[in-house]
Amino acid sequence: MNAPFFKYGLFGDDVSLVVAFVIGIGFGFFLERGGFGNGRKLAAQFYFNDLTVFKVMFTAIITAMVGIYYLSVIGWMDLSLVYLNPTYIVPQTVGGLLLGFGFVIGGYCPGTSCVSAVTGKIDGMVYLLGIVVGIFIFGEIFPLISTFYTSTPMGQITLSQLFNIPYGILVFAVVMMAIGGFAAAEWAEKKLGNKIVEP
Amino acid sequence: MSSTSTEVHHGPKPYWNPYLSGIGLGLVLLLSYVIMGRGLGASGAFSSLVATGVSTIAPEHARANTFYNEYLADTTKSPLKDWLVFEVLGVLAGGFISGALAGRIKKTVEKGPRISVRGRLFFAFIGGTMMGVGAKLARGCTSGQALTGGAVLNVGSWAFMLAVFGGAYMIAYFFRRQWK
Repeated sequence: MNAPFFKYGLFGDDVSLVVAFVIGIGFGFFLERGGFGNGRKLAAQFYFNDLTVFKVMFTAIITAMVGIYYLSVIGWMDLSLVYLNPTYIVPQTVGGLLLGFGFVIGGYCPGTSCVSAVTGKIDGMVYLLGIVVGIFIFGEIFPLISTFYTSTPMGQITLSQLFNIPYGILVFAVVMMAIGGFAAAEWAEKKLGNKIVEP
Repeated sequence: MSSTSTEVHHGPKPYWNPYLSGIGLGLVLLLSYVIMGRGLGASGAFSSLVATGVSTIAPEHARANTFYNEYLADTTKSPLKDWLVFEVLGVLAGGFISGALAGRIKKTVEKGPRISVRGRLFFAFIGGTMMGVGAKLARGCTSGQALTGGAVLNVGSWAFMLAVFGGAYMIAYFFRRQWK
């Protein structure tokens, strides 16, 4: 097997759009299944009532991470052909903080607000409108902040390269930390009386 | 809103076990990497949408701006004929399918009991706006950075993820009336 298939020219741009749609269906489906279309459930993460956001996110991350690692080790996937978003550490951290504020204030993130809006939530629809306005504001002020936007570049870099830890050991460590986090989350939810948010 | 176990078939079905939903999401992300060599995203689709809108109304203004122009660079095709735009259309379809199958499609406003509908919608708009600016500054959102970059141990994505949780916990107390 030679993955990523698209990079090996198995199909062209037009087919890739069909793939995008199908992958999107899976993405939206599992987001909704987990309760991510519900702003109350998402926000509950930040009041320690319902830690579903943490559990779903880190289960997803370690599932994909272990899969990618395994496929690359057995030689089925060429990691050099996998896209790695370049790191600009300061603007990305500031952007992350802003995003965290928006998450608590608005109740969603971009992907989850799509699922919220399409399942009838008015707050999700208004949130989507806010995202569009926010991106427009960013676009309009971009000439003023472009220096900051491109500051502190670190290039395409992984934690394994940064800390000089072998890829496999780091994958193992992240899985162990996630499992520890899940145990802590289960304990905290019980301690706080299992106030899990239902539909 | 909430239904007891005896009337569960009348109301919406409960959400899935979080670990099961997480494995599902992780496999979709893995599949995206295997098939496309890239992960998932969401905010990028809205950038294409905004860039298209601005260039329709004020083409020269859009061309002069490096941010918009990045989405308009390829003049041989519409900026909406984009991978993330189609992926987000899929997210809308997938979310609808899952919600419909579980009886969870309902016109409602998700909020805590101590805030008015108008107040909640105001905050939803403000939060969305902050998210829009933040996601562009960070070069991605929870999907494009945290999940996608998280799985390949991208440095910027992990810094971003810590900042998202940090920022949210930092201000959660002040917005508790909206949710609790």
